[in-house]
Amino acid sequence: MVRNRSVVRRILTIDLPVILILCFTLSPYLWMALTSITEKSRLFTEGPSIAGATLENYVRLFGTVGFGRNLFDSFVVAGGTMIVGLGLAVPAAYAFSRFRFRGRRLLMLQFLLINMFPLVLLILPLFILMRSLGLVDTYLALIIANSTVAIPFSVWMMTSYIDNIPRSLDEAAMTDGCTRFGALFRVVLPLCTPGIIATGVYIFITAWNEYLYALTLGGRSVKPITVAIQTLIGEYQIEWGLLTAGGIVGAMPATLLFLFVQKRLIAGMTQGAVKG
Amino acid sequence: MSALSAPPVPLSRRVLPYAMLSPAVLVTLAIVFLPMIQAVWMSLHDYVLFRPRVFDFVWFKNFQTALADPVFWISLRHTVLWIVITVPAQMLLGLATALLLNQEFPWRGLARALVIIPWALPSVVIALMWVWIYDSNYGVLNDLLLRMNLITTSIPWLANPDTALYAIILTLTWQGFPFFAVMILAGLQGIPKSYYEAAAIDGASSFRQFWHITLPGLAGVLMTATLLRIIWVANSIDVIFVMTGGGPGYSTYTLPLYAFINARTGLDYGYGSALAVSFTLVLLGFVILYLRRAGRNIG
Repeated sequence: MVRNRSVVRRILTIDLPVILILCFTLSPYLWMALTSITEKSRLFTEGPSIAGATLENYVRLFGTVGFGRNLFDSFVVAGGTMIVGLGLAVPAAYAFSRFRFRGRRLLMLQFLLINMFPLVLLILPLFILMRSLGLVDTYLALIIANSTVAIPFSVWMMTSYIDNIPRSLDEAAMTDGCTRFGALFRVVLPLCTPGIIATGVYIFITAWNEYLYALTLGGRSVKPITVAIQTLIGEYQIEWGLLTAGGIVGAMPATLLFLFVQKRLIAGMTQGAVKG
Repeated sequence: MSALSAPPVPLSRRVLPYAMLSPAVLVTLAIVFLPMIQAVWMSLHDYVLFRPRVFDFVWFKNFQTALADPVFWISLRHTVLWIVITVPAQMLLGLATALLLNQEFPWRGLARALVIIPWALPSVVIALMWVWIYDSNYGVLNDLLLRMNLITTSIPWLANPDTALYAIILTLTWQGFPFFAVMILAGLQGIPKSYYEAAAIDGASSFRQFWHITLPGLAGVLMTATLLRIIWVANSIDVIFVMTGGGPGYSTYTLPLYAFINARTGLDYGYGSALAVSFTLVLLGFVILYLRRAGRNIG
């Protein structure tokens, strides 16, 4: 009896509120999914419904609208940013974590400061810069723009991952005859592979989701998915079925990747804050 | 320990950290600091993109123009409103979520994974999804409110100047509260269980436990997360840009959005930069506060 009562109590005070919060969190997304599979003729008469579900919006998205091409653009930009971000951040993070040197604190804060700069302050000069270099509407322009966010963030995230690998391990490797780079490649890097993956995924997601740089510096020959979704509004006078299908497709890669590395990513992101 | 007793550090070891850092530092100098200086430089000039020959140094004329510009003040007011409502709303909802997700229940892992989904969605998708929800003819929000008899006629949430800003604030709260929840959850797990056990033995009620143990234990996390969010929310213009583009009229303009629109549609890069620089100065206080907190943790 007492057990039953406590279960009921738990359901009322915990399960039910959690369900309410999850409803608030998920229902807009589910509503969008439902809209995307509703037949065009039904949408404005009966509203979105599961009855008579159809994939016509998705077929049109890839057939007529050519969404595949936009997915490819997003993939190149996000992948490129990931490679640039990790390539620069991993050595920097190793230096921050394993050496004590003059200017270390200042340089670390410098990377943090960059992350706080308003995007709008950077987007105007970056456009002028890209225009004078003739890079507007190229992959390179978008990779550079996204790197302004990716590099500082991943330096900090990687530093906290490498900090968690005991120094004694690379010191032991070095007394056993490894060079410093040997220790880096044979001990530290393998141990922080999960951290590198999480950071890489984070960069990929942010670059994939980015919109304002893509709109300003790309748009015609390079048209990432976020810009493509938005232009559906103008071209087709708000066809909600098509638009929501675009939203689902556009959000899918980032969402799946995110669920895949979620635990480690959150650990890395929150560490700094918890210490504060 | 004097410098004499320490063994000499070999040159290679002294140079190595700088060598490993230099690619990242040089690239950020080139793609962040240089453009930033250029933005400040542009803000002191007359510079309109369709008149490329004119680049006259005008001192602080653009800033004077801003101070006399009613839209500047409207945008500034909205920026303040935007932060003052959104950040506390995100925090309270995040705190409640974190406290719930910190309890024991069978599907806790699943709930924790699902609650963070809004964070991973692209802003454009979030914005469009909410435009669809708010739609005055077919939107589900009006439909629900009509069925519950809370309103008698559909409200055009985003087309009405009185409701547009608040409708977007709700969207941004939805987008941002999971971040708070995750941060606070991590903070909760750092509070030793023994504190609660001791308090329970002393007969403290759960409210008193919350007030005297949980809140003080979370103070650091709350402070850091709030500062981060203020900066982030202030900067975030993509959701507004897609949802209303600043309209109707100027009713959803914030300062960074005004700067962006000015440069994008008016092509006035001089004035746009001046607005962006002013906004950065407004934000600088919070940035310095955050950097000082973070700086203390660098070992």
